[in-house]
Amino acid sequence: MRSLKSAILSAAFALGLAGAAQASEAVHIPKQEWSHSGVFGTIDKASAQRGFQIFKEVCATCHSAKLVPIRTLAGIGFNEDELKAIAAGYEVQAGPNDAGEMFMRPGIPADRFPSPFPNDNAARAANNGALPPDLSLMAKARVGGEDYLYAFLTGFEENPPEGVTLMPGMNYNKYFPGHQVGMPNILMPDGVTYADGTPATVQQQAHDISTFLTFIAEPHMDARKQMGVKVILFLIVLAGLMYATKRKLWSTLH
Amino acid sequence: MAQAHAPQFKNPVVKWIDSRLPIFTMLDHEYNQYPMPRNVNYLWAFGAIAGIMLVIMIATGLVLAMQYAAHTTIAFDSVERIMRDVNYGWLLRYVHANGASMFFIAVYIHMFRGLYYGSYKAPREILWILGVFILLAMMATAFMGYVLPWGQMSFWGATVITNLFSAFPLVGDPIVTWLWGGFSVDNPTLNRFFALHFLLPFVLLGLVVLHTAALHVSGSNNPLGIDAKGPQDTVPFNPYVTVKDGFAVVVFLIFYAGFVFFAPNYLGHPDNYIPANPLVTPAHIVPEWYFLPFYAILRAIPDKLGGVLAMFGAIAVLAALPWLDTSKVRSCKFRPIYRQFFWILAIDALVLGYAGAMPAEGVWLLVARIGTAYYFFHFLILLPLLGKLERPLPLPASICEPVLKGGGRVAAGAHAKPMEKA
Repeated sequence: MRSLKSAILSAAFALGLAGAAQASEAVHIPKQEWSHSGVFGTIDKASAQRGFQIFKEVCATCHSAKLVPIRTLAGIGFNEDELKAIAAGYEVQAGPNDAGEMFMRPGIPADRFPSPFPNDNAARAANNGALPPDLSLMAKARVGGEDYLYAFLTGFEENPPEGVTLMPGMNYNKYFPGHQVGMPNILMPDGVTYADGTPATVQQQAHDISTFLTFIAEPHMDARKQMGVKVILFLIVLAGLMYATKRKLWSTLH
Repeated sequence: MAQAHAPQFKNPVVKWIDSRLPIFTMLDHEYNQYPMPRNVNYLWAFGAIAGIMLVIMIATGLVLAMQYAAHTTIAFDSVERIMRDVNYGWLLRYVHANGASMFFIAVYIHMFRGLYYGSYKAPREILWILGVFILLAMMATAFMGYVLPWGQMSFWGATVITNLFSAFPLVGDPIVTWLWGGFSVDNPTLNRFFALHFLLPFVLLGLVVLHTAALHVSGSNNPLGIDAKGPQDTVPFNPYVTVKDGFAVVVFLIFYAGFVFFAPNYLGHPDNYIPANPLVTPAHIVPEWYFLPFYAILRAIPDKLGGVLAMFGAIAVLAALPWLDTSKVRSCKFRPIYRQFFWILAIDALVLGYAGAMPAEGVWLLVARIGTAYYFFHFLILLPLLGKLERPLPLPASICEPVLKGGGRVAAGAHAKPMEKA
């Protein structure tokens, strides 16, 4: 219990209400420009599609996204045929068949993204003991969200600052809590060749993959905000009518 | 107008039923003719708002329960299935998760309104105590609901809070094992928390019915804190207060919708999107915001049992409030000294909440200790003494006097409180 004394979280008090906004002793995470931020912001589909390319070619060699059905990608502009083609590019374990054996079959859009390792132990064994976390909810599971993801992916430094000794197999990252991380610097200039011809700088790649991870963490975000605008407009009109009714009714009281 | 008389129903079916089971007479009496003091302000709407929140929570919770699976191996994934695959599942879950915070906001405002206007004083003691039980039931329900998604904060929050009971000598550890259904927070714990999270809202509903029944015996308090003396002091609940409360509810829903649609995870913690892992302790375990003042009190006492007792005592002291406050005057409007201490208490509660979110060390630990000491000082020492020492301002003769004549000595004490158009 008393160990909880180390608990730290800065809470924002707005209107007497403590928001769980986070700061902590960690490094300041710079804010980026996102097309999906703000009340009317929507996911940049082209960027998210490029991000999917990075996810498929780079991230997915170690990371899973096992909560995400492939059909989710319809939300960033892939049509049905493209989804089928994307899904068919994956081998999925199915079965047991009539002989009682498991077998592999091409994926369909209803399948979830297959994981690169059969289980966590296999993932650890292949990654120097570190477990590459599942990416399905990554954009919501870290303080700072997509800004943190961008900062993390661009925050690797080849040589740690003086006085910092890295443990074997670890890499230095400016933004990772504790700064030592098992994951290597993975985004290289032109490390991927974008299908749409966008120059693949490290910043561009980090931006695109962060947009994609934001999308898969919250596939209904655009729909949610659009509904929210309608709901709030409706409520404002209703509130106006209620107030007018109330004024009229109470004005007769004398 | 205000005095209830038997209504005449035109509909023959209604008439037939009502002569055998007078529910329509009861509804007419309690929600149509029920006399409300005509000077109540918008703070009186928060009872209705809290009631609406309970209904929203039960309705969304029921549908979520149809999709949720209370097993450690699939609980987290089943919540994500609701978010991704269930039609409008994301909406239901965000309405429910943020609804808990909104419910607490409404209830806390409702409670501070009661403190300011002395709504706990005779003859409303039982009404107030039922309210304290409602708060306790809400806290238990909210805590167990937060465990259900089985994220990191769910698991570690459950571990921390259930461990509090181990502070009690002799029986402590057996109680914790009994609560867990095992030797750590695990599947039996999750399973029973789900069952209790489903049950407690209905207990809450029953308490709310009793709370309302008790309210309708004494009638509502009002900003002047004096009793209604007759029909000239009141308005029938319907349509006057239904429309007024209705407007307040809609404004509150706008605030609520802002969170649901544009910042649904602002009041949550990112760690709860990481599946529960008994082997990895999060760097910072913090409860939901509405528990933070109590969390600060818990950590302010340098002894585990003392901390637990102080935390529960902070709520228990509220139940004793009708007898701790010795003043016969209800409303702060006529208690110039208590009014200042009321605001100090309100600030103290906010400071405790802030300290609860901070590390319990250094200056924040000191702040939490001073805040805790002041909290108990306010209720246990200040209130009993103040009632005897303070000289209240003269009370108006009736509610309608200042309202209708507009002014006099009351208006001076009432410092520009909007009295409605009445």
